[in-house]
Amino acid sequence: MSLLKAEGLFKSFGKTHALDGADISIRAGEVVAVMGPSGSGKSTLLHCIAGILPPDKGTVHYSGQDLTAMNDSKRSELRRTEFGFVFQFGQLVPELTCLENVALPLRLSGMKRKDAERASRDWLARLEVDGVADQRPGETSGGQGQRVAVARALVTRPKVIFADEPTGALDSLNGERVMHLLTTAARETGAAVVLVTHEPRVAAYSDREVVVRDGRSRDVEFAR
Amino acid sequence: MSIGHALLGLLEGGPRHGYDLKRSYDERFGQDRPLHYGQVYSTLSRLLKNGLVTEAGVEAGDGPERKRYAITDAGVTDVERWLSTPEKPEPYLQNTLYAKVVLALLSGRSATEVLDAQRAAHLTTMRELTKRKVDGDLADQLICDFALFHLEADLRWLELTAARLDQLAVEVTR
Ligand SMILES: Nc1ncnc2c1ncn2[C@@H]1O[C@H](COP(=O)(O)OP(=O)(O)O)[C@@H](O)[C@H]1O
Ligand SMILES: [Mg+2]
Repeated sequence: MSLLKAEGLFKSFGKTHALDGADISIRAGEVVAVMGPSGSGKSTLLHCIAGILPPDKGTVHYSGQDLTAMNDSKRSELRRTEFGFVFQFGQLVPELTCLENVALPLRLSGMKRKDAERASRDWLARLEVDGVADQRPGETSGGQGQRVAVARALVTRPKVIFADEPTGALDSLNGERVMHLLTTAARETGAAVVLVTHEPRVAAYSDREVVVRDGRSRDVEFAR
Repeated sequence: MSIGHALLGLLEGGPRHGYDLKRSYDERFGQDRPLHYGQVYSTLSRLLKNGLVTEAGVEAGDGPERKRYAITDAGVTDVERWLSTPEKPEPYLQNTLYAKVVLALLSGRSATEVLDAQRAAHLTTMRELTKRKVDGDLADQLICDFALFHLEADLRWLELTAARLDQLAVEVTR
């Protein structure tokens, strides 16, 4: 039974067919690596199934609801409550401390500051970066910043975490640590992870892979 | 590298003499290690005994080099199975994988499927190693990382080859 299922996705940017009939199916709690060469359409696929980018054609169903048929405010509400995001870089608000960054999604959902910060501190500790709670993102190392970003993605207890090359800017050791912490936390909370990566060692943290080539994906689970 | 399968794959293009097969093998796959005639004939006689090839005409004169060999239906099935079964992921597979890709292209089969099956097999092994690493001590981590980096190198080669299949198809069938 799939939690998130996209069928026959097409998306063009001018003359570029970024997606050319892509399918993917994600079950609750599984970690799926989306692999493929650079420019094959991995990020576009992720943006479409996460409700960030509307496909030109095709459907995206999340938990029985059709994302492509929703209005914008309903879709962003769903993104905020059900999904978490980790990107390669540039996702933390530079003016806020790391703690405030992690607390931000909870505050946006109306949680009291004290409660939000307590929960956030726990997540920073789980990701072994409670030491940088009061620093701004610019004062942390790349590896620490990515762990803060992971904490922020997890703090709302999302059902799906979308991670686009989350270790792309890190060295091997830091990249491995981030992958270990991200997948462990996701497995403990039951969140599914859609992990876009072109690095096999990063993909090896997944349960299975979906390969994208020329805008078409090969998901062996899709047909089941 | 399974010489028997490679020879069978080459025979799919039509019946050939042993020396012809050796030349063709050396040209395509034998850069570092050309075959000995003895190897060719002992392999062919094994294939003959197992019904994977038959004799297709003998020229005047004597000696094994006068015989032509043709692949049988059982031989084709055997090539088919070899091509569709990924190699056990381990270092130094490049020669076998390269031969599989070339022979798939030569016979009009899907080289992409060969590469996809191999990628899946490699990733499965990499997942097992990653689990062992994550649950293990530093020594386990270092040992697993060594294997992981080597398998990753194979995978990069698989990806690069996948991206160059059209070009390779033109070259091998020229
Ligand atoms: N916003 C955009 N405008 C124009 N072209 C884009 C845009 N986003 C992606 N593309 C193009 O679409 C193709 C797929 O891109 P992308 O999904 O980013 O691939 P990947 O993440 O696999 O590297 C590429 O050719 C890329 O240049
Ligand atoms: Mg991308």
